[in-house]
Amino acid sequence: MIIGQIKDGIVLDHITAGKGMDIYNVLKLGELNCTVAMIINADSNKMGKKDIIKIFEVIELDLDILGYIDPGITVNIIKDSELFKRKKLSLPDVVTDVIKCKNPRCITSIEQELVHKFRLTDAESKTYRCIYCESKARKQ
Amino acid sequence: MKHLIDIMQLSIEEIDELINTAEDIIAHPDEYAEICKGKKLATLFFEPSTRTRLSFEAAMYELGGNVIGFSEAQSSSAAKGESVSDTCQTVSCYADIIAMRHPKEGAPYVASLKSTVPIVNAGDGGHNHPTQTLADLLTIHREKGKFDGLTVGLCGDLKFGRTVHSLINAMSRYDNVKFVLISPDELKIPEYLKASLVSKGIAFEESASLEAVMPELDILYMTRVQRERFFNEADYIRLKDTYILTDEKLVNAKEDLCIMHPLPRVNEISTKVDDDPRACYFKQVLYGKFMRMALILKLLEVTK
Repeated sequence: MIIGQIKDGIVLDHITAGKGMDIYNVLKLGELNCTVAMIINADSNKMGKKDIIKIFEVIELDLDILGYIDPGITVNIIKDSELFKRKKLSLPDVVTDVIKCKNPRCITSIEQELVHKFRLTDAESKTYRCIYCESKARKQ
Repeated sequence: MKHLIDIMQLSIEEIDELINTAEDIIAHPDEYAEICKGKKLATLFFEPSTRTRLSFEAAMYELGGNVIGFSEAQSSSAAKGESVSDTCQTVSCYADIIAMRHPKEGAPYVASLKSTVPIVNAGDGGHNHPTQTLADLLTIHREKGKFDGLTVGLCGDLKFGRTVHSLINAMSRYDNVKFVLISPDELKIPEYLKASLVSKGIAFEESASLEAVMPELDILYMTRVQRERFFNEADYIRLKDTYILTDEKLVNAKEDLCIMHPLPRVNEISTKVDDDPRACYFKQVLYGKFMRMALILKLLEVTK
């Protein structure tokens, strides 16, 4: 199979090998009508192995979610078959409804309507804490 | 409008201001007796508490205000499934300020997001209890005359004890404060608090023995191992009597040690210690009322 060149779309490059499917699921790419290509374990000079996702349409992406899951990703936006914009991600200050608070004593455990919000409290250790109970996020 | 959810929302200057107001109330109670006339405090206690609720209510009455509220979730709309946010927005229509206790951590913060009147966190699970910390700070200020340079021993349940967490955070901001953390392994302070002490370069030591560290303490803050914080009754039974303060254990303590306890006590301080002049826990209760009075005035922006 040959994955064609994108005319208008997005290439998520430098995804840590193994995280491609997580990102595919979190961004709900399976619900799109356009072509989506997933390349797993591609050779990379920089990373050894990497995953790549090609989306054959320019869509709104939640960069905070992407940054939280894998801040090393490069987002390339392609227009008229040319690189239109390249975005480097960073750890977002706040992530909303991405991490679920697992603390059974947290108010979110009984109030289903509340958004699960986590704030970056230590960038070095990539620590996020629940804004309500301050519990540390567990990687999910 | 300002809320008090976490003691760290108050700057050192604001804490000084509250202490000064409390001192003025202690010195001139008559001048404050009518100052909140026409104002209402709502005490929304979704979890039973005698001391804190009565302290808030006494504080408001002594300022000339009135009090409405409930003392357990079963007598509120929470029993019908109403959200904390809705309850507080509703009560905001009746009261000028809300003091809220809730078993779930973060509930008062959630309330503050929509409330149109100031929310005071009167305890949220094992998380925060800022007005207890205000009481603790006034006690330390009155007994020691300073905050800087003190060695503060915290003993008992340091894991679930919200008063301990708030006091550590508040005292961490003063110079040359050292913490001595006395607990069994199962009840050590949460890792995030320890990480915070390490990152700020604050001196602390951990000990399983109260007697071993007693001679170095300026403050000894005893806590109760709380049954309601355990999911497992067997764990509670095993740990509840780990540390009991007796006259014998105080033999090597400093002459001017200040013994504190957020109360209620079960058996972790022998009643014989009550007669020791170093026992400050009942004074702490009284100071708590004065600090709550000062806080109500500050949040309602009422001045003499």
